[in-house]
Amino acid sequence: MSQLFSSSNVKLLTNPLNQENPITVQVLGICSALAVTVQMKPALVMALSVTIVMGVANLIISLLRNTIPPRIRIIVQLVVIATLVILVDQILKAFLYDVSKELSVFVGLIITNCIILGRLEAFAMSNKPWQSLLDGIGNGLGYAWILFVVAFFREFLGSGTFFGYPVLEKIGLYQTGYVNNGLMILPPMALILVGVIIWVHRSFNKSLIESK
Amino acid sequence: MVDRVKPHFEKGGRFAALHSAFDAIETFLFVPNEVTAKGTHIRDGIDMKRTMIIVVIALLPALLFGMFNVGYQHFLSIGEALPFFSWQGFWFGFLKVLPIILVSYITGLGIEIIFAQMKGHQVAEGFFVSGMLIPLIMPIDTPLWMIALATAFAVIFGKEVFGGSGMNIFNPALLARVFVFFAYPAYMTGDRIWVAGMTRGEGIVDGFSGATPLGNAAADSIDRIPGFLDLFLGTIPGSIGETSTLAILLGAVLLLVTGIGSWKIMLSALVGGVVMGGVLNIWGANSYMEIPFYSHLVMGGFAFGVVFMATDPVTAAQTETGKWIYGFLIGFLSILIRVVNPAYPEGVMLAILLMNMFAPLIDYYVVQANIKRRLKRVKSPTVN
Repeated sequence: MSQLFSSSNVKLLTNPLNQENPITVQVLGICSALAVTVQMKPALVMALSVTIVMGVANLIISLLRNTIPPRIRIIVQLVVIATLVILVDQILKAFLYDVSKELSVFVGLIITNCIILGRLEAFAMSNKPWQSLLDGIGNGLGYAWILFVVAFFREFLGSGTFFGYPVLEKIGLYQTGYVNNGLMILPPMALILVGVIIWVHRSFNKSLIESK
Repeated sequence: MVDRVKPHFEKGGRFAALHSAFDAIETFLFVPNEVTAKGTHIRDGIDMKRTMIIVVIALLPALLFGMFNVGYQHFLSIGEALPFFSWQGFWFGFLKVLPIILVSYITGLGIEIIFAQMKGHQVAEGFFVSGMLIPLIMPIDTPLWMIALATAFAVIFGKEVFGGSGMNIFNPALLARVFVFFAYPAYMTGDRIWVAGMTRGEGIVDGFSGATPLGNAAADSIDRIPGFLDLFLGTIPGSIGETSTLAILLGAVLLLVTGIGSWKIMLSALVGGVVMGGVLNIWGANSYMEIPFYSHLVMGGFAFGVVFMATDPVTAAQTETGKWIYGFLIGFLSILIRVVNPAYPEGVMLAILLMNMFAPLIDYYVVQANIKRRLKRVKSPTVN
């Protein structure tokens, strides 16, 4: 047990949250970060789906890594991801139909999420299953917290709600003349928010700033 | 007095941390105390600050006219017809416009000073003009906090993230307006926001409409558009400084005489507007397209945008040929967006921002074409 959670293994889990964050540092998976962050609930479901797909796909590919012929490895990786995404999609349709409808095509597009393919190619193909699983989950969580932050601000400032609960209406801010910011609901603002997160992130982590 | 307190603001002084704010105030009051140390230089007396001040002076006619108009439209809406140039109307307009100007300047300069402190360089003068432009392109009933937010957005994301004044891709004042336009559409379109007090419905007389000419045109009530003279003089509802083409032309003359605004951009934008207006006149598929092209030039923000926004030296094309292309496309696209896209009654703002984005590309190809031409000239004798 102690070996399973050795410090180098724990690092696989925590590094993607900060130093090697898939969105703010590797700048992958931006498209879905723009699309599903209008509200918290779809963002939560999306982040969970991506984390599960990524973890399991990393595990499977890592188990298969010595038997996959190098020339067709991308196709094999895609088959694995696609299978998992279809499973997730079916589960969402069965149990969370509303959210599934809201996410619409973006669940299917998890297949093309660059983070997943990137991790399979860069990590799972050359590492052991347990480490790969940790790496997949770590990157999924790194993706998730950015999505949460963006979705929180977009929903709070754009619709005045938190997980669908009308916070601003309850505290009576609208009577003072406050109006929801419609720009927050439009995709460009998500891009600007991601930019701000990168800005803040880098000002705390000087090591991430490229030398000129 | 300034010289006496100066040591406190230099390195090691008590207020060293505030040096950038001090520098800004000092050079604003006096000529910068720097003399070229070596060699002969030809120095133009005109520096950034003086350029900016001239633009602000050029904006004054539009601003004063805007104050008169705000009062005039307000008293018209509550059924008390006053003569246009009345002190009562001006005073009302003055009290309405002044807070907007103050909010715009305080927010913008505040953020500029904070950033200058953080990065350790001087406060740039760029905001003097933007701070005056922002109030002039806002509807009079825009809440003050919205103006503050829009100004902050424009200064931070339009300017500071690109490296401050002179590095920005987009015109900051237009970014402020586009922010309000998309974030709070109810406060930027419609027929109630253009007249002070009308959003709250304070004693509006029956039959009075606060719709702008462009609003009427987009809503297919062409017959309600005022005549050409009214449009030209600007006694119509609209954003604070954009209604009077006459007052804007006065500013344009000053910009052209001092050589600060590029006549190439203004002229080519005018030509672009006329060409597009003419094409739509000939096409004439609906009543909006049949509005004569010369009316387009005096409606909405066309004149204001072309004179004060398109000629912004930072965001416009830099090459001389590029300026012709840049200006022409602004005029052309403004009228196209205005007439063909019903979702955007005013196209000038979007056209200028779009062309701001393309200006570097235009410049690049103009420069490349020039290099190619000169290479050919160098090579041609050896070919024979």
